[in-house]
Amino acid sequence: MKHNGRFGQFGGFYVPEVLIPALEEIEQAFDRFHNDPQFVADLNNLYANYAGRPTPLYYAKRYSEYVGFQVYIKREDLLHGGAHKINNTLGQGLLAQYMGKKKLIAETGAGQHGLATATVGALFGMETKIFMGAIDVERQNLNVHKMKLLGAEVIPVRGGTCTLKDAINDALRYWTSHVDDTFYLFGTAGGPHPYPTIVKHFQTPIGIEARQQCLNQLGKLPDVVVACVGGGSNAIGIFNSFIPDNTVQLIGVEGGGRGISTGHHCATLCVGTVGVLHGARTYLLQDQNGQIHETECISAGLDYPGVGPEHSHLKDIGRARYVHVSDEQVLDAFFELTRLEGILPALESAHALAWISEQKGKYPRETVVVVNLSGRGDKDIGIVEQHRPLNR
Amino acid sequence: MTSYKTLFDHLDRAALIPFFVLGDPDEKTSLDLIKTAIDAGADILELGIPFSDPIADGPTIQKADIRALQAGMTPPKALDLIAQITAYKAIPIGLLVYYNLIYHYGVEQFFKDFKKAGGTSVLVADISIDDADEITPAALSAGLETVFMVTPNTPDQRLKQIADKTTGFIYTVSLLGTTGQRNELSAGVKPLIAKLKTLTNKPVCVGFGISSPEHAAEVASAGADGVIIGSRVVKIIEDNLGNPETMKHQVAEFIASVQETLTKA
Ligand SMILES: Cc1ncc(COP(=O)(O)O)c(C=O)c1O
Repeated sequence: MKHNGRFGQFGGFYVPEVLIPALEEIEQAFDRFHNDPQFVADLNNLYANYAGRPTPLYYAKRYSEYVGFQVYIKREDLLHGGAHKINNTLGQGLLAQYMGKKKLIAETGAGQHGLATATVGALFGMETKIFMGAIDVERQNLNVHKMKLLGAEVIPVRGGTCTLKDAINDALRYWTSHVDDTFYLFGTAGGPHPYPTIVKHFQTPIGIEARQQCLNQLGKLPDVVVACVGGGSNAIGIFNSFIPDNTVQLIGVEGGGRGISTGHHCATLCVGTVGVLHGARTYLLQDQNGQIHETECISAGLDYPGVGPEHSHLKDIGRARYVHVSDEQVLDAFFELTRLEGILPALESAHALAWISEQKGKYPRETVVVVNLSGRGDKDIGIVEQHRPLNR
Repeated sequence: MTSYKTLFDHLDRAALIPFFVLGDPDEKTSLDLIKTAIDAGADILELGIPFSDPIADGPTIQKADIRALQAGMTPPKALDLIAQITAYKAIPIGLLVYYNLIYHYGVEQFFKDFKKAGGTSVLVADISIDDADEITPAALSAGLETVFMVTPNTPDQRLKQIADKTTGFIYTVSLLGTTGQRNELSAGVKPLIAKLKTLTNKPVCVGFGISSPEHAAEVASAGADGVIIGSRVVKIIEDNLGNPETMKHQVAEFIASVQETLTKA
């Protein structure tokens, strides 16, 4: 491998030997193509005309009045597919094309990344297999159906806890025996090097646009940038451009689930310990022997016991702060944005909103907060109805 | 304690190396089965500590990990079990472990404790030679040997580097994939053994997918110094849960048949 893929002490590529040549091949291809003028032109064309970039930065007037400071929303929910995931799958899918790979595999939890991968699989005419925990297949039926409509094969994973981490395990296992013709399209800014770097790169337009939009609309940088953190791809995508701006506070919001003290949560950076999982050294939720914990959270997209290694680094050097909000706060925030702005947020994104609502009245009026609205909430309507049924 | 070197030098056939997950299906049965394998003719033991997320393993060993974890196996208990095994017989023991478990225990302390229990070598499934510095100095100073994997897609130059980092034996993965039984021996394995033999004089042991005495004999006659048989042995446990006597009987029978075939080969 040419680079060590480290972010401070975190990251690396802790994988069985059989995967090293495959990761090396992707590293080389990424090094070669990501600044190649033709690749950049192809990707920008897809971003603009297929996915819908740039996305707006919207001043949320009524929500701002409600919380008592200025809230601007980066509208990734407006992208094709309804989430930021398409930024990454278009980027990696195009890379796979440039590498001459014929097949795609991916893991998925809620199904959002699986859907975004199935989408580019159809777009590029590539055979696509999606690994998904058997439990998730059941709870996310609609997304499973959509993936199948798009022509992807959905493989239910029955090992371990039958959720996202096990889907990653099985995708990695499958990849070891199909490395020559198959590209593993990893879904978040985690996993072994070079994925954290690649995924960050393809999600970085979020932050580049948001920063420029702030300068254009406000004539200045924001005071706070907030994003939810599952594996950390939408968060690193918006954080990255603001990291050198020391006056801008970066806040990552994790799933507090039913409360930290209950153990039913996925607040990896808030309460986890350092370890090695899925190829990276990073914070993990694990027991005293290093066995990985099951996690629980109202939004399946955050339900992961690890986190992208760069976030672990940003936490340790104090450049970003990581916090958690409970499922109940998330549901409140879902309704607040829906009723005050007419925007249904994904429950993942509603974590970032819930933190903002928690700050109600705590910041001076002129404080500017930018929130990354990573996805739209249509997929979550059933879950919301389950927890907070509408009176009929 | 016999070192690998003395063992390989004195053995006039390929070494027979069964693999078990420590604590599968429970602590007591696991110890009984391993003793049975020793009595039946195992030359070296390859032992795993169960992990919640074993990405190098196929379904058979994944299930063994889950059985052992559910029966309460932990790294400290695994070390304890190893000490009981080496007290029964001074047999070389290679450990196959996932990094997070020893990282959490403390790498240096873990290696010291493993050595004290009578262990011989360590292979960390998710550490490649690129990160050997995280384990090799601690392993060597604890008096352990290092084992690294090569696979059919490892480039020649890297094969050489891996051989150089290995002090115990080269763990030669016979196929592209995870552990698990296969009907056929992978076509790539014999050329790989032959190539390794021109690149290094370190012992070459072959594992993953070796599922019958015939497979074992074939890799032995291709020049392997040892054959590692995992899923085929572990499957005996899976197929006979609740019947420890049948498990023991079948393990003894299988190991003896491999030994016989290897002796003739
Ligand atoms: C809308 C949305 N936001 C956020 C996430 C969390 O992923 P990440 O932390 O990689 O952005 C997901 C994952 O499925 C998602 O669907």
